[in-house]
Amino acid sequence: MADEKTYGLLAEYSDPETLMRACAQVRDEGFSRWDAHTPFPIHGLARAMGLRRSWVSAFVLVMGLGGAALGMLLQWWVSTTAYPLVISGKPFFSWPAFIPITFECGVLGGAAGAVLGFLLLAGLPRHHHPIFNARRIGRATDDGFFVSIEAADPKFDAEKTRSLLETSGATHVEPVTA
Amino acid sequence: MATALADIALADIDPVDRRPALIEGAPTFHGITEAVSAPVEWTPPLGWYVTLGISLSFLALFGVSIAWLFWEGVGIWGNNVPVAWAWPIVNFVFWVGIGHAGTLISAVLFLLRQRWRTSINRAAEAMTIFAVMCALVFPGIHIGRPWLPYWMLPLPNQMEMWPQFRSPLMWDVFAVSIYGMVSLIFWYLGLIPDLATIRDRARSRVRQVVYGVFALGWRGSFRQWLHYEKAYLLLAGLATPLVLSVHSVVSFDFAVSQLPGWHTTIFPPYFVAGAIFSGLAMVVTLMVICRVVFKLTHVINPLHFDRMARLILLTGSLVGLAYGTEFFIAWYSGSEYELFAFKNRANGPFAWAYWTMVSCNVISPQVFWFKKLRTHIPTLFVVSILVNVGMWFERFVIVITSLHRDFLPSSWDYYRPTFWDLATLAGSFGLFFTMFTLFVRFLPMVAMSEVKGVLPQAHVHHRPD
Repeated sequence: MADEKTYGLLAEYSDPETLMRACAQVRDEGFSRWDAHTPFPIHGLARAMGLRRSWVSAFVLVMGLGGAALGMLLQWWVSTTAYPLVISGKPFFSWPAFIPITFECGVLGGAAGAVLGFLLLAGLPRHHHPIFNARRIGRATDDGFFVSIEAADPKFDAEKTRSLLETSGATHVEPVTA
Repeated sequence: MATALADIALADIDPVDRRPALIEGAPTFHGITEAVSAPVEWTPPLGWYVTLGISLSFLALFGVSIAWLFWEGVGIWGNNVPVAWAWPIVNFVFWVGIGHAGTLISAVLFLLRQRWRTSINRAAEAMTIFAVMCALVFPGIHIGRPWLPYWMLPLPNQMEMWPQFRSPLMWDVFAVSIYGMVSLIFWYLGLIPDLATIRDRARSRVRQVVYGVFALGWRGSFRQWLHYEKAYLLLAGLATPLVLSVHSVVSFDFAVSQLPGWHTTIFPPYFVAGAIFSGLAMVVTLMVICRVVFKLTHVINPLHFDRMARLILLTGSLVGLAYGTEFFIAWYSGSEYELFAFKNRANGPFAWAYWTMVSCNVISPQVFWFKKLRTHIPTLFVVSILVNVGMWFERFVIVITSLHRDFLPSSWDYYRPTFWDLATLAGSFGLFFTMFTLFVRFLPMVAMSEVKGVLPQAHVHHRPD
């Protein structure tokens, strides 16, 4: 195992295709604490990395239905209990008239769920991350394609992992301090 | 690495899917970053300061108009009886309409996998948010007692009074404000990766911290991208029915009433088509200017204008069909009041407004049947402005000509706007353009990460299992 001061290794690749092949190799080696860093989402990379589908959808479903339910509940309570008004002789709980606001509240809840789910699952906002100690990582938001493997991974071995990354087609491999 | 990619020979035809390349000149990933980040990082050109100065003066006019309104009351406007809903409502509907193209381009075209949207979606979303801001001012200042707009919200209060949820006006409060919030969320989510790009390129500590805070610590990690993409897809899925519902609800403000000219079932689809039509025209107007001023002509190129012009032609023709249908139904209904309202539109005292509307909205976009004119920038610019004029007049025709002559001839009257009506409208453009001018200076106006994703070299053709 590496010493505590090392976060892991960061390897740079020249294009999405080499990155994807390297990711498939790292996945097949059985690593679990590793990641790819890219300037844009690459189709098929989730499969190459062995990642399962995102659960953001569950947040959207629950909060969307919750928003809609709250919207209807508010209108029901206001119209029947808090401030009942007779409008055009309709019943106090004339639910068809409450559909537009129920729908809008559902969309608001769902949108909030999408953002909250994304932030929670992606671990954002976050003040700092050791990967930012790497010299080249700034290019991950420009034109660089990277794979990072954490030293904390049980499969990590400073020498072997380094040579794995180098043989997988990396143009640079650098150690990242924690 | 950048040079390695540049070495790959790329024509303007994508070598694999044989479609025209979406971005001209085969740029590298880094080239896109440079081109888009430049306006945010350079000292802006003189033209930017001039635009900001002019926009700010109109914004000041807006402030003065509203201050005078609050001091003196709605009597400074031309509103009268029977035209009690006059310019402020025309302006409100106009601005909400402009705000529709942003979400259409971002969400609907995303779901339809129209990849050309990536060059313009960011600016269109920003435009949406600023247009909704302008729109929301008008109902607020139109209520006559500007210290009471909170009565529109379901807030507990000492009077133990609550809103009346069966009213379309309440639906409108919810629809427009939720539309504003969801558009803002959608826009911000899309901005996160690009804010991180600006953060990573920052030379000064202040820039690094400010953009860093708003980038939330984004590190381009694919485990983050996975959730990001899912969230973006679901937001697009939620925003699509939302954008269709918002202008439908705005149209209910009119359609649920009993006034001839307003009380029609065609209003929701007709309003939605008109809103998208006007919004696309505004996107074209803004993009024609921005691409030249900020040297983005290869990113926002004739291909994008061609696609937008087709959509303008489609929605413009839909609007034309709606105008025709309204007349047919007015005759077919056998209701003499309904028929009178429409005859009065085309021949009455406001016929000039009606025919301005028809010429701008139905006739002018027909030039887009020709491919040459769809990519001819001066034509696009002129037509886009004509369409916006026409769409403003559409709302004028709907609101004012329907109200000025209703059932009872003894209450008929003509409507004339005052100086303050004009000043408030011009001032709202000041608010819009001030926000947009600041946006293009401080935020990346093209979605870099999305544009990079549609470059030919972004696609992986041989996928390992």
